[in-house]
Amino acid sequence: MFLPHTDADREAMLRAIGVKRMEDLFKNLPGDHLFPELGLPPGMTEMEARAELQGIAEANETVAEMVSFLGAGAYHHYSPATVDAILSRGEFYTAYTPYQPEISQGTLQAIFEYQSMIASLTGMDVSNASHYDGATAVAEAVNMAYHHFRGKRKKIVLSPALHPHYRETVHTYTRDSDYQIVGEEIAFEAAPSELASIIDMDTALVVVQYPDFFGRVFDFSELASAAHQAGALIAVHVNPLALGLLKPPGEFGADIVTGEGQPLGIPLSYGGPYLGIFATREKYVRKMAGRLVGETVDSRGQRGYVLTLSTREQHIRRERATSNICTNQGLMALAAAVYLSLLGKNGLRQVAELNYHKAHYAATQIAALPGFELAFDAPFFNEFALRCPLPAAEINEQLLDYDILGGYDLGQVSADLSHCLLVAVTEMNSREEIDYFVSALAEVSHD
Amino acid sequence: MTEFTAPKPVEPTVYDLSSPGRQGAYFPQPDIPLADLPEDLLRQDLPLPELAEIDVVRHFTRLSQLNHGVDTGFYPLGSCTMKFNPKINEVVARLPGFAQIHPLQPIETVQGALGLMYETQEWLKAISGYDAVSLQPAAGAHGELTGVLIIRAYHLARGDHKRVKMLIPDSAHGTNPASSAMSGLEIIEIPSDARGNVDLEALRAHCDDTLAGLMITNPNTLGLFDENLTEVCQLVHQAGGLVYGDGANLNALMGIARPADYGIDVMHFNLHKTFSTPHGGGGPGSGPVGVTAKLAPFLPGPIAAVVEEAAGEEPPLYGLVNPEQSIGRVKAFHGHFGVIVRAFTYMLMLGEEGLRAASEHAVLNANYLQARLRDAYHIPYDRICMHEFVMEGRWEDVPDVHALDISKRLMDFGFHPPTNYFPLIVHEALMIEPTETESKETLDAFVEALLQIAEEAHTQPEVLKTAPHNTPFGRLDEVKAARDLVLCCWLPESASA
Ligand SMILES: Cc1ncc(COP(=O)(O)O)c(C=O)c1O
Repeated sequence: MFLPHTDADREAMLRAIGVKRMEDLFKNLPGDHLFPELGLPPGMTEMEARAELQGIAEANETVAEMVSFLGAGAYHHYSPATVDAILSRGEFYTAYTPYQPEISQGTLQAIFEYQSMIASLTGMDVSNASHYDGATAVAEAVNMAYHHFRGKRKKIVLSPALHPHYRETVHTYTRDSDYQIVGEEIAFEAAPSELASIIDMDTALVVVQYPDFFGRVFDFSELASAAHQAGALIAVHVNPLALGLLKPPGEFGADIVTGEGQPLGIPLSYGGPYLGIFATREKYVRKMAGRLVGETVDSRGQRGYVLTLSTREQHIRRERATSNICTNQGLMALAAAVYLSLLGKNGLRQVAELNYHKAHYAATQIAALPGFELAFDAPFFNEFALRCPLPAAEINEQLLDYDILGGYDLGQVSADLSHCLLVAVTEMNSREEIDYFVSALAEVSHD
Repeated sequence: MTEFTAPKPVEPTVYDLSSPGRQGAYFPQPDIPLADLPEDLLRQDLPLPELAEIDVVRHFTRLSQLNHGVDTGFYPLGSCTMKFNPKINEVVARLPGFAQIHPLQPIETVQGALGLMYETQEWLKAISGYDAVSLQPAAGAHGELTGVLIIRAYHLARGDHKRVKMLIPDSAHGTNPASSAMSGLEIIEIPSDARGNVDLEALRAHCDDTLAGLMITNPNTLGLFDENLTEVCQLVHQAGGLVYGDGANLNALMGIARPADYGIDVMHFNLHKTFSTPHGGGGPGSGPVGVTAKLAPFLPGPIAAVVEEAAGEEPPLYGLVNPEQSIGRVKAFHGHFGVIVRAFTYMLMLGEEGLRAASEHAVLNANYLQARLRDAYHIPYDRICMHEFVMEGRWEDVPDVHALDISKRLMDFGFHPPTNYFPLIVHEALMIEPTETESKETLDAFVEALLQIAEEAHTQPEVLKTAPHNTPFGRLDEVKAARDLVLCCWLPESASA
């Protein structure tokens, strides 16, 4: 399969090499287990494979077939057809890291434009070319802050309202180091000021989420000031779609902005590949991990782009690199760049508002049902925590009978929240769907 | 005095193309009553470009045309396995049943996806010889970090706290030491011997009770199967250490040799190399990790598993489990599922025999190129190679010509250059990996180009020094880029007001 060799080619090539048979190429390999039987099935044609995969795909129920209010870090949004049309161009998706700029200007300029739009959106000076996802972007922010203070400040303050997967990833990344991670023990209801109270002169970084895991939107200006007063850095993790509407973290003093870029035109795809956003202030650019594209000129006087500041990176600096990252999320960054170019300043504001209004309509309708109330009373964007009369797990299970994906069961984050459902509403949810959800909730909470 | 002129843009940026009032995508009007917006939380200004849809399509299409990809030409970038990316992979990954499922859906609604993940784990286990696989890591380097954390966790779980040293051959990829450093380990470089193998004497000197492990790439980055591999693993094991395998070069080994059989305890796979998933201009990749039974409890979860055995007509129920001593998750959700679907499709099409044939032909193609280039270029470790080989891009009689010049000149012939200046142990390295999906005609044309370049290097070196000539761009000024550091463009002040 996929081999262009004819018998004659093979023979001529073996002869040129000076061996008789294919096996001769391996005769000097050590070990006594060569050419093992793998116990795998025989291959199949494209036609058969397609049918097989079609069958597997159909064994899944999609968010489009159901009515979905599931979010919690991955969202069902509309991606304009142009996004996938551009991503499907072989010139983009079959290239690799643009090490040879003369024949990679497409990728390089697209990343440069991505960096620019992320900087515009977050209110920061610079963005890198991407991290794997939101979780690893946060872990890299922790890493960067630790190294910024040369390991002298050991405390990392993590908001309890940071996505639990991100918090867990930070713990995994730092498990063999002497970081001290604090903050997660604070009550979920707590206002940002409670985080401020644990910042001290040993704090390297404060990490908060905007909107937070529970959908709430806080202005972090005071928290940022508190961090800066102690000489610490503050990282704000964002949903970039929300920034179509909300004040960018650059305005309230963030030093680092990380984000999960999936809402920018990237399909749910059962959790990946997504897009880790990472932006910072110019003064920290040399501390930032990941690829960076910079503008320059070529030998003919044309404007062009190259990978730059690579002395931060593993292929030059090896064990002293800012991170081990190599392959990142190039094509997903391209998706975000095309998405943002298409929507532009007005389209992004429009879709962000649509999310906001739909979520607020749903919240108002549900909160009017007996036994239901909003778990928190902070402003929210397109997601909110709902306290239910029954355990959230039970509600979700019953909603499945209505073909509704009800939301994320917050009991999985904390036993205290076992009656809480995290509900996401996007532009994909019509009023009809929301009304259907509301009436289903009324029914399932009755019996 | 020369007049200053701004460099000419070949393609304007989206910011250059912006015109206030344009929009390329629209959303329906709200079908619900509007809520009050939180005035004090709103942004005043959103300085994004404004373009019509046709402008966006033309812009990115034109940009794509400035790229070289596997679809446009030969791409023998060593260590990266730039094989053909089957179109069917793209079609399948976009099926709604894969692209439109949410990672937190109840398992009953995603049995197809979980079954596919489970089967992918089984295939990878069979190919490599490992007992357990986690699909979570996002790329090769991420798999390395995962593996190193597993090694640390294993020692610590046994109460063995002294093990702080990671040995890394001097031929290793930069991600190996960087990954070990992220886990707080002390890195010790081990030299290669005259045949390109790990130097056993040097290794022995470090095999003591502070040894956490060794990271090895096999075939190594010279494209050679380490002849001492069994002994290397034995030495490390005798000292109580574990061996990490960088699986970047697995494309040489499918159906030929299993890493686990040699004593490599933990290894990552690069689905974006060996298993034909596209490289995307720099990702996304996927870097699953395989381990032997004793390390299985430490894998990052969640891992796809059968949670209820099949009974009679009923298929098994697949679910997600977390190994009991797991190092914890290394990213959100379950891994790069969309990439995994592509890799699974590829493995299914190749099957047992096809996988072996792929590796055999990858090795055949590399040896053919090596045989034909041997007289014109110096190959410092010259023996039968695996899926790639490394030659020097320099000649003593023309000291001004460098590997970089050869690479740039290759572009004039429509080829992507080999990997340059890696591995570090070869002067002016040109690392060539043709992959199995290239025809003899393509390889011959590539050889002809390199032979002509070798001649030009001696007769008209300035052609090389000023190359490329036939590409849309000439050499770019990297020094200027790092000095001036322009990393973003912005809307002109007037437009963003
Ligand atoms: C030998 C080797 N190891 C590790 C890596 C890192 O893999 P990735 O780029 O997928 O993180 C590479 C990548 O190019 C490689 O060639």
